[in-house]
Amino acid sequence: MTEQSIIDIRGVHKSFGRVEALKGIDLTIREGEFFSLLGPSGCGKTTLLRMIAGFDEPTSGVVMIGGQSMAGIPANKRPTNMVFQSYAIFPHLSVSDNVGYGLAKKKMSRAEKAEEVNNALAMVDLEGYGERSAHELSGGQRQRVALARALVMKPRVVLLDEPLSALDKKLREQMQVELRALQQSVGITFILVTHDQEEALIMSDRIAVLFEGEIAQLDSPQRLYRQPINQRVASFIGVMNFLEATAEASSGGDLSLTIPALGSVSMHAAQVPEGTDVAAIAQIGMRPEMLTILFDETDKAACESTGEVVGTSYYGDMTYYSVKLSKAEQPVTVSMRNTAGRSIVPPGTAVRLGWGADSIVLFPS
Amino acid sequence: MRFMRIFSRNWLLIYASLYVFFLYAPVVLLPLFAFNASSIIAFPLTGFTTEWFSVLLETKALHRAVQNSLVVGLITAVISTILGTCAARAMIRFGFPFKRGIVGFIMLPLVLPEIIVAVALLVLLMQLGFPLSIWSVIGGHVLICVPFSVAILSSAFQGLDKNLEEASMDLGETGWGTFWRIIFPLILPGVISSLLITFTISLDEFIIAFFLTGTEVTLPVYIWSQLRFPAKLPSVMALGTILLAMSVLLLILGEWFRRRSAKRQGLDASSTRGFMQ
Repeated sequence: MTEQSIIDIRGVHKSFGRVEALKGIDLTIREGEFFSLLGPSGCGKTTLLRMIAGFDEPTSGVVMIGGQSMAGIPANKRPTNMVFQSYAIFPHLSVSDNVGYGLAKKKMSRAEKAEEVNNALAMVDLEGYGERSAHELSGGQRQRVALARALVMKPRVVLLDEPLSALDKKLREQMQVELRALQQSVGITFILVTHDQEEALIMSDRIAVLFEGEIAQLDSPQRLYRQPINQRVASFIGVMNFLEATAEASSGGDLSLTIPALGSVSMHAAQVPEGTDVAAIAQIGMRPEMLTILFDETDKAACESTGEVVGTSYYGDMTYYSVKLSKAEQPVTVSMRNTAGRSIVPPGTAVRLGWGADSIVLFPS
Repeated sequence: MRFMRIFSRNWLLIYASLYVFFLYAPVVLLPLFAFNASSIIAFPLTGFTTEWFSVLLETKALHRAVQNSLVVGLITAVISTILGTCAARAMIRFGFPFKRGIVGFIMLPLVLPEIIVAVALLVLLMQLGFPLSIWSVIGGHVLICVPFSVAILSSAFQGLDKNLEEASMDLGETGWGTFWRIIFPLILPGVISSLLITFTISLDEFIIAFFLTGTEVTLPVYIWSQLRFPAKLPSVMALGTILLAMSVLLLILGEWFRRRSAKRQGLDASSTRGFMQ
């Protein structure tokens, strides 16, 4: 991945009548990366994507592609191609006519066009499907045709508007992996719009989380999951336990945390994010997998607390326990891998909880 | 209770039979008397003849009227379908000020008594000094045909996914190119339905044609003028028979075409609306 930017979005606002869909977006997307716009429905992510594609114009601000302002340049003159949520496969055309649709305007011989179409179909594993008509395809195949139709144009950026949301879970998971692999092999910038946090984590190099027309956080999947910037991002990406806490700076930049529900712990300076306002810290967050139930007498952890199981959810590979801590009213969620020979602990069982300072996320009030 | 049910079911059967009888009996009588040897339209039938059809072939004025009607019908169908396509697209795809009012205005001739439209147009054309010809008839017919065209085509546009147009533009096609390569093929069944319906409406329209026609009469006006002569009645019957056969043929053709294009689009033909709505 190069560091060169392909898309620069500067101060983009968009209003639909009185509704402000985007409230000042500044964003740089790098050449060749898989970038995701993640957010709940109505957060403006699709509007932003449509603005890059050229279907909507910003109310103010500028969208630049390859260093060139796209103001007033319509969709058919932009180096972007889109895969629509509905796929928008032309129902009256065959698969190859769909894929070759955009080539009609290009100066190429008939044979060259046919070859391009076949290459694109091969790229999405649809060789030999060219003569089929659009309505003979399954949902997954339609999705691939839509992708081939975009890729055949050799765009600088491929835009994906919730492309997998219409597929069933199994197929979706398979396509997530395939799409990621395809993006890496062609090296084109992909911008994905999704409301599925798992999908964004699996596929992306970087993710921008959007809430109400503003970017809440822009980070790599790992940083987004490990260091969410606020409680809202934290609870949108996966599950997070929030607990009241106070902090005090101690020697060498270490942090001394007091968490009434769990106890006290010292956090090493290296684990404290830069620029943390120690005095403002009022809450900590812990992911369910960072808490452990110490089933055996001999199990040990850096820090320990006690509690009682109040509920369980069985997921096959994992079990999510709801554990009421001895020193708090609110239960915490703990996820445990279901290893061989371990049975599910029923509600009412008293358990020891293990945790550590390295898994704690700090939040100001 | 049981008695009541049988009773009401029988009544329903009688009602349905009478309904169908009154609807189709006149249609059956038409060919019956067209081939009847007697010039008096009455039972019993006297014998088989094709004489009335030969009379038709020799009547020059009739040929002229048929030709006029075809010209008026074709031009009316094309103009009102083009106008209907534009109006339906604007109606379905865009929002604009006074949209409801404008749409209502376009659809108004649907409920306006034709006699009022005819008289109003006649007065207007007279005031403007516009001579009466088949063109004034075409103008009147377009006015009453556009609402039908809009109704048929707006359902065709309704079924069109907006993303298809965007996808086409996204793939580098122009607006005009998108219309011909994507929109037009997909609304084609609707366009054909509209052409057939508006042609049919124009073909058998009498009141407006009667008021606005000059010396060049259309077929319904010609038929009406012939009804004054009892001797001409059997040949009018023959003419009716030909028109009946032609409209049935047209209907079958239209439906066949619609089913074919629906199938090509992967739709179930019976689930989509035909031109009979």
